[in-house]
Amino acid sequence: MDIVLDFERPLLELHKRIAQLRALEGEDGVNLSASIEQLEAQALKLQERIFTRLSPWQRTQLSRHPKRPYTLDYVKDLCTEWLELHGDRAGHDDHALITGTARFQGRPVAILGHQKGRNTKENLDRNFGMARPEGYRKALRIMHLAERFSMPILCFIDTPGAFPGIDAEERGQAEAIARNILEMSRLTVPIFAVVIGEGGSGGALAIGVANRVVMMENSVYSVISPEGCAAILWRDRAEGPRAAEALKITAKDCLSLGVIDEVVPEPAGGAHRHPEQAIRTLGECLARHLEQLRELEPEEIRADRYDRFRKLGAFTQIQASA
Amino acid sequence: MANQGRRWFEQRKEFVAHKRSEGGAEVPDLFTRCPACHEPLFNEVLAANGHVCTMCGHHLRIDATTRIKLLCDAGPLEVHDDHLLSVDPLHFVDSKPYGQRVAASRKKAGCNDAFLAVSSHIHQVPVEIGSFEFAFMGGSMGSVVGETITRLFERAAERERPAIVVSASGGARMQEGVLSLMQMAKTCAALARLQDRGLPYISVLTHPTTGGVAASFAMLGDIILAEPEALIGFAGPRVIEQTIGQQLPDDFQTSEYLLDHGMVDRIVRRGDMRDEIGILLRQFLGLPALPRAQRPANRASDDDPALREGTDAKLEGSSP
Ligand SMILES: [Zn+2]
Repeated sequence: MDIVLDFERPLLELHKRIAQLRALEGEDGVNLSASIEQLEAQALKLQERIFTRLSPWQRTQLSRHPKRPYTLDYVKDLCTEWLELHGDRAGHDDHALITGTARFQGRPVAILGHQKGRNTKENLDRNFGMARPEGYRKALRIMHLAERFSMPILCFIDTPGAFPGIDAEERGQAEAIARNILEMSRLTVPIFAVVIGEGGSGGALAIGVANRVVMMENSVYSVISPEGCAAILWRDRAEGPRAAEALKITAKDCLSLGVIDEVVPEPAGGAHRHPEQAIRTLGECLARHLEQLRELEPEEIRADRYDRFRKLGAFTQIQASA
Repeated sequence: MANQGRRWFEQRKEFVAHKRSEGGAEVPDLFTRCPACHEPLFNEVLAANGHVCTMCGHHLRIDATTRIKLLCDAGPLEVHDDHLLSVDPLHFVDSKPYGQRVAASRKKAGCNDAFLAVSSHIHQVPVEIGSFEFAFMGGSMGSVVGETITRLFERAAERERPAIVVSASGGARMQEGVLSLMQMAKTCAALARLQDRGLPYISVLTHPTTGGVAASFAMLGDIILAEPEALIGFAGPRVIEQTIGQQLPDDFQTSEYLLDHGMVDRIVRRGDMRDEIGILLRQFLGLPALPRAQRPANRASDDDPALREGTDAKLEGSSP
């Protein structure tokens, strides 16, 4: 399964032609290097033109690309001794949100992350990365574990949103999300969160109250999905591209709104074309932030997180009339 | 999850026949038709009954000022943060620019945003209390609402008083995008600090409480009290139906359904809410019981200059 987004198509056509020329060169022994070089230069230019001008909707599409690295890809590449830990201790284990412990650069860490599937079968198991209350409660259990044993917490956000279903409502989806948000705010261990794909609303924030929040360049973070917003405001889900524009959901927008601390650059062509490079870049970013946070005392870590979120918002004051 | 209150509300009519409809024709000044039983009710009688239908017990929507008057003791009252005003951080335009939407809502609802915060007393216990104003953009939570509620929790912690929040909201305000989402974290962090000070927080859920408001401070009360038949939940009924492709149970996401599933402590009729809150607060704070005869009157009978002046001043001060 190779999903090709519309705006990538001209670039992929070019790559295909280059590959054909190469094959020809190998078979016939003719020298086509001049043409190949020319085409490669052209491809590079085209790639830059496409990827520096991506619209918010195109980034939304990229953020959902099934070839992007998912939580488990990051964890397996960046960490050693990864052990997945299961269950909310109240009857359920949610596969849409995985938790566990591992070592990052030799030091113990706790890990939480939404996990999507790459095909239908996997997605039935992972519920497309849409967690139920038990997922959030499992995450909370692991966060408390991390707090007790002074392990930094790494959160990988990649969800269309918390699951909207009868069973999820029945078991208190709203309460589970709210509880996590509140409890995260009072932990004294460093928390690092990264939006690796879709940062879908409350379901994302429920593992997103961190000291440092960063976004991969082609990820999005939003209060509502563009399609959901379009359905309400324009009564038409097809207006998603317009809503994506209006909602300011790209990494760059979130940075300028103060919601995130850093945009993690993706390799040219996007993380889905060169996952290992995207993972490496995030690893460097993560190492740098953890280093900084290690300088802080537990109480300072808690205060740092409070102050970080306390100042978010935009409003003005009317002068009291004289 | 954002700002869907009104629409959800309309949809509920399909699920809960007539129960919640507000569509009944209104005869100005004298009568209001009960949206549930369609009986015409004398406005004066309705107001005296806390805007609960005297025929069928349906709880009609009330504004934030009326809510505060019903819950708080007569006497001194201080209005907070009513001078905060939304800006338009995203330059958001749907059918009209967000700025115009806010201006229209200010005019319609008679307040600057969707939350009214006051310091007052309940059963002689000093409290920091606030209520959503549903008429203001469906009670949606943007930066101003988030800031006002955060300050309410911070003030309660500082003054060592209990906090009470009455919710009526469709959720986060879409027009402020991800900044609205961040208000969930901001308010909950302030609430955590209040809890760490050992002070009680009572959350009162009224129709509707959904989305980002439900998924933050509204569901985190030490005690959660709900008015009867309110719509309470994370996702909207239509979103759920579309996702799972099934009809929803009739009582799905009602107060009664949440009580059945262990999500709220009690369902409390509007007329009993003030007394139940007062009793709980005095129990939690170790204060002596206040016999019925000694309980102060609420503000409902007052002309309430404190509330009225607050409202007038802020609207004058804000006229462009
Ligand atoms: Zn009635």
